[in-house]
Amino acid sequence: MENLVLKDVESYIDGFARFERSVAGNGWSWLSPLRKEAISKFKELGFPTTRHEEWKFTNVAPITKTSFRLTERATALPAGEELEKFTIPELDVFKLVFIDGHFTPELSSIKELPEGVKIKSLRDALSQERELLEPHLSRYVDLSDDAFSSLNTAFMQDGVFVYVPENTVLPEPVHVLYVSTGTTSPTITHPRNLIVAGKSSEATVIEDYVSLGEGVNFSNVVTELVAGENSHINHYKIERENRKAFNVSTLRIEQLRNSSVSTHAVLIGGALVRNNIHPVLDGEGGSCLINGLFMATGSQHMDNHMLVEHVSPHCDSRQFYYGILDGRSKGIFSGRIVVHKDAQKTDAKQTNRNLLLSEEASIDTKPQLEIHADDVKCTHGATIGQMDESALFYMRSRAIPLDKAKAILLLAFAGESLKRIDLEPLRVYLEGVVAEWFSSEHLNLG
Amino acid sequence: MLEIRNLHARVDDREILKGINLVVNPGEVHSIMGPNGSGKSTLAQVLAGRETYVVTEGEVLLDGDNILEIEPEERACRGIFMAFQYPVEIPGVANTYFLRMALNSIRKYNGLKELKPVEFVKYVKEKMKIIRTSDDLLKRSVNEGFSGGEKKRNEIFQMALLEPKLCVLDETDSGLDIDALKLVADGVNAMRSPERAFIIITHYQRLLNYVVPDFVHVLVDGKLVKSGGKELALELEEKGYSWVENSSQSAA
Repeated sequence: MENLVLKDVESYIDGFARFERSVAGNGWSWLSPLRKEAISKFKELGFPTTRHEEWKFTNVAPITKTSFRLTERATALPAGEELEKFTIPELDVFKLVFIDGHFTPELSSIKELPEGVKIKSLRDALSQERELLEPHLSRYVDLSDDAFSSLNTAFMQDGVFVYVPENTVLPEPVHVLYVSTGTTSPTITHPRNLIVAGKSSEATVIEDYVSLGEGVNFSNVVTELVAGENSHINHYKIERENRKAFNVSTLRIEQLRNSSVSTHAVLIGGALVRNNIHPVLDGEGGSCLINGLFMATGSQHMDNHMLVEHVSPHCDSRQFYYGILDGRSKGIFSGRIVVHKDAQKTDAKQTNRNLLLSEEASIDTKPQLEIHADDVKCTHGATIGQMDESALFYMRSRAIPLDKAKAILLLAFAGESLKRIDLEPLRVYLEGVVAEWFSSEHLNLG
Repeated sequence: MLEIRNLHARVDDREILKGINLVVNPGEVHSIMGPNGSGKSTLAQVLAGRETYVVTEGEVLLDGDNILEIEPEERACRGIFMAFQYPVEIPGVANTYFLRMALNSIRKYNGLKELKPVEFVKYVKEKMKIIRTSDDLLKRSVNEGFSGGEKKRNEIFQMALLEPKLCVLDETDSGLDIDALKLVADGVNAMRSPERAFIIITHYQRLLNYVVPDFVHVLVDGKLVKSGGKELALELEEKGYSWVENSSQSAA
């Protein structure tokens, strides 16, 4: 697999043949048909262009023009201290660290697990847990019109697998840290996560994408989350890679009867970020909270793409996405709610609020409601505004300096989103991360 | 303490203040009265440093320094406080946090040690003995969902906390019922001292029944057209603003 370089569609397809041969001995042959199907889907689709309706606002040329190296298992690991800044204080976790896409047990800690619970790398799970994986892996994500998820499925080799059997409560959150260490040539990883929560189970999973180096990395992520009947699942995604990184991720949530899922995203890193969230409420009485905060500056591009599908009756969905855009950054919020014909008594709500801090920053916000049932409650609202001048003056008239006043207003805006995070140590930590972002030199608070 | 010399100010292309002259000494309470649109609030905003009001001529001296070139936050540090006619709601910012930031900015400017949250709470409790306010208002976001009276009370509480040397009250009395008005008046009276001066801007004479001014000035069309003692307020109440408006026109 030396020099496996991926750039245009052909190179991915050639690369796939070599990749398949290299992983042939791993006991993963049962995956082969899935991979082959996915690569042929990718071949058929190619990378999306802005002529594609779902990619109208995001040009992926920066990705397709870059030659990526498929990462090998790192020979030299970063020192544990280098990762300390990514540790969430006051929070005990099952920690899984992935260095350049590969699970690194030396830096991870998975303590004793309750009966029947599995928390392990996908790599290990593919060889050891086929009977648990096979009914779910790639059964939910829709590849039919998704080139990136197709590529992920073709190239997947590691990620996290969390399995919580019925009536089991995961005692601590799972913190999955994806670290890219590249400093020289651009790298590509295909993190693949599968979370399967049984009936009446509870679990919390934190996906956290970070960089140690200044190099370019492309994280092409797929996470499938299956929330069993009456389960309670909290999912978090933190994107804080360096500002050269590309991150395209798809979170596909399958919700069964009476399940409750909340998914929170805090996006501050990356040059080009595409954040796809696709819950399907496929059982009566389900509820889903989709909460997000995205903050961009410089020439960062953050595209949030929601597709909430109500398939069954009596389900609730709540979307709250807040954007703060500075510099020449561009934000997108596309929120589509589809209510299928049997999904009576659906209660779906969507709110997108945005603050533009500079003349050059921009946001496109696009709500779409597609309703095929007749007894539903669906609302959406979007606002775009600047910082409140009268509030700034009010604070200054009380001796608070202008830059401090701006930071207070921004934190308050971000806080509206962060306060929905129930896991207190994580919320406090993220408030700190956000405050640091505001005070960083990159944000022009002048 | 404060000396306003030939102050002219405009907003957009409209000249609103057309040559104000006023001297305020420590310990004095001045009331500025005037009809709607006479420039009362503009004067308050100019003193506080609002950038939408452009000073085209004149000076404002605080302890001998021209403050017009000074940022609003530094004016506050030097002891100017304006109670807003329409206090601003700031959702998501706790009132206590806001007040502590404000107080500490001023303390820092004056070379005093900043108060830690615990010390601040103690300080607030002391002030609450002077200015009645509720714990609930302190815990909530700044002015968010406050009634009109609560907002004005919060302004006065801030004033008590920050201990300014010059307090400018911009129509703090308007819209208040008599009980709320008395609370505001009690607060102001409690704060009167030989070192501190007040400029009370009001449309009505009512507040002046409770806070007795040393001087009353009448502002008409951007100029102070008449000055006198507290009896002038009563005369205005009786005769209406048309009395001074007419006399100022005939004088001009």
